[in-house]
Amino acid sequence: MTDIIPEKKNTYTINLGPQHPAAHGVLRLILEMDGEVIERADPHIGLLHRGTEKLIENKTYLQAIPYFDRLDYVGTMNQEHAFALAVEKLLRIEAPLRAQYIRVLFAELGRLLNHVLSITTGVLDIGGITPALWGFEERERMMEFYERVCGARLHANYFRPGGVHQDLPDGLLEDMAKFVENFKHFVDDTETLLTENRIFKQRMVDIGIVTKEEALDWSFSGPMLRASGVAWDLRKSQPYDVYDKMDFDVPVGKTGDCYARYLVRMEEMRQSCRIMEQAIEQMPEGLVLTDDHKISPPRRADMKNSMEALIHHFKLYTEGYHVPAGETYSVVEAPKGEFGVYLVADGSNKPYRCHIRAPGFAHLQGLDFMSRGHMLADVVAIIGSLDIVFGEIDR
Amino acid sequence: MTEANENSAENKATGKLAVLAEHIASVYGKVIIKQDIALGELAITIRRDTLHDLINFLKTNEKCACQQLMNVSGADYPDRAERFDVVYNLLSLTHNHRVRVIVMVGEDQTVDSVTDLYSGAGWYEREIWDLYGVPFKSHPDMRRILTDYGFEGHPLRKDFPLTGFVELRYDEEKQRIVQEPVELTQDYRNFDFISPWEGMTTVQLPGDEKAVKQKVGVK
Repeated sequence: MTDIIPEKKNTYTINLGPQHPAAHGVLRLILEMDGEVIERADPHIGLLHRGTEKLIENKTYLQAIPYFDRLDYVGTMNQEHAFALAVEKLLRIEAPLRAQYIRVLFAELGRLLNHVLSITTGVLDIGGITPALWGFEERERMMEFYERVCGARLHANYFRPGGVHQDLPDGLLEDMAKFVENFKHFVDDTETLLTENRIFKQRMVDIGIVTKEEALDWSFSGPMLRASGVAWDLRKSQPYDVYDKMDFDVPVGKTGDCYARYLVRMEEMRQSCRIMEQAIEQMPEGLVLTDDHKISPPRRADMKNSMEALIHHFKLYTEGYHVPAGETYSVVEAPKGEFGVYLVADGSNKPYRCHIRAPGFAHLQGLDFMSRGHMLADVVAIIGSLDIVFGEIDR
Repeated sequence: MTEANENSAENKATGKLAVLAEHIASVYGKVIIKQDIALGELAITIRRDTLHDLINFLKTNEKCACQQLMNVSGADYPDRAERFDVVYNLLSLTHNHRVRVIVMVGEDQTVDSVTDLYSGAGWYEREIWDLYGVPFKSHPDMRRILTDYGFEGHPLRKDFPLTGFVELRYDEEKQRIVQEPVELTQDYRNFDFISPWEGMTTVQLPGDEKAVKQKVGVK
């Protein structure tokens, strides 16, 4: 056919999603194909757009926190962390040391939650069912810790500007230490299934290669950047809370393909275990929320006796606190990459502007250049390795 | 103890940023509208026509070396003549610093796209076009991104109501989704939080004359 009319492009368009199990949510992908080969991929996003930023502008600072759980709903506390840090910066306060340790501990648990889901469902997309079955069992154990500490399995609403909402219940640290010990075996076991698996490697190696320059150019961050050979981790380079006291390594990939991203995430889970062990071991005693009751609500017991505590509680849960005018761009190393909050305060009790920088947004943008020239089935492997969640991309 | 460490770390960072700010000002001093370092972050407000130049400078200059454009966001200040802010957050991996570049733009004006410098800017600029209605000049693909197909208006503008204008519903008779004007059974409650609690403004509420007088007296 091409011999007769060589200049005419013989492409056709197919529509993948928005309801497709391999699209990891509501991704609508318009693919321009030449036979089985991708010529152009045009992701249509926004099917899960809820106007989070607009809603936050109309809520007090305290009421804004639950919206962050609903962004990346896989490892929820990491998003709250970014917002808490941004507000703390504007308020010029710092969380008590114990709260910082708790936040680091649960941020790393969030990383495990995220990477377990990302790796195992990525494998599920390309035909391996077992890791997903194992992984979800582990996730259930981790979400139990979420539940014990804040009462909710997913939408935690636990981190606050100035600390965390509640102290850890008795026995939680011991149970977490036991869990971490067992979790290492899960990582090892999963690796025996995947890392040297011939079929898995055929699907992952040399697929969706991102060079160092491309990764920088396309605003990639987190494992996507590190897998391309850029040694950059915000926990090391711009440490927040007590990450500067933690001893851990940053895995860096060499090849920048799907397989490298898988390896980086695997190793990050081991490093997260290390950080969690250190946090559990070093956990100091003390306050978990700043005792400035113009910002943090008083304990319930105090409210029974103190009129002032009762007034503080009432004012904080109706009017909220006022944040001095200013703007900040605060970031955390979320499991998916750099999660940033650009917060503009105008001195009132509501954020004037709260822009959310979701790592997945930049990564999905790169899908077009990553999938060009690949086969249709490879797009699924690439999407799996991008680790996208539509809650944060569509906001 | 930690606070002192924190302060010295922040001072150190501020000192480093001050050197960088001076370096940028030595080249672009004439077109910089405002430059300040607050909370350990450097923000530069610049004239709109030199934005592309400055971003290019920040990317290529050795002392700036901002390899990554992490984020582009917008903000709306309806009282200003040029009501929108477009905010670029740049990151240097080699020097480990961040620079925030801000341009102001009016309702019927355009901003030069930086997609030729950073490919990653593409979707961020589309997002600002979608949510604020700021068009970007020479952007390769200026479509809406987050809102629905056929959506009208720019939802993050301050004069766009939180509830929006239309709501969706599946019409059983027509067997398809229909759009109808928003109908709320109860008005959206937007409370006025101005109160005489401490740290309040000079606004005086009826019945609160006493509280304000007392406060003034104390001061």
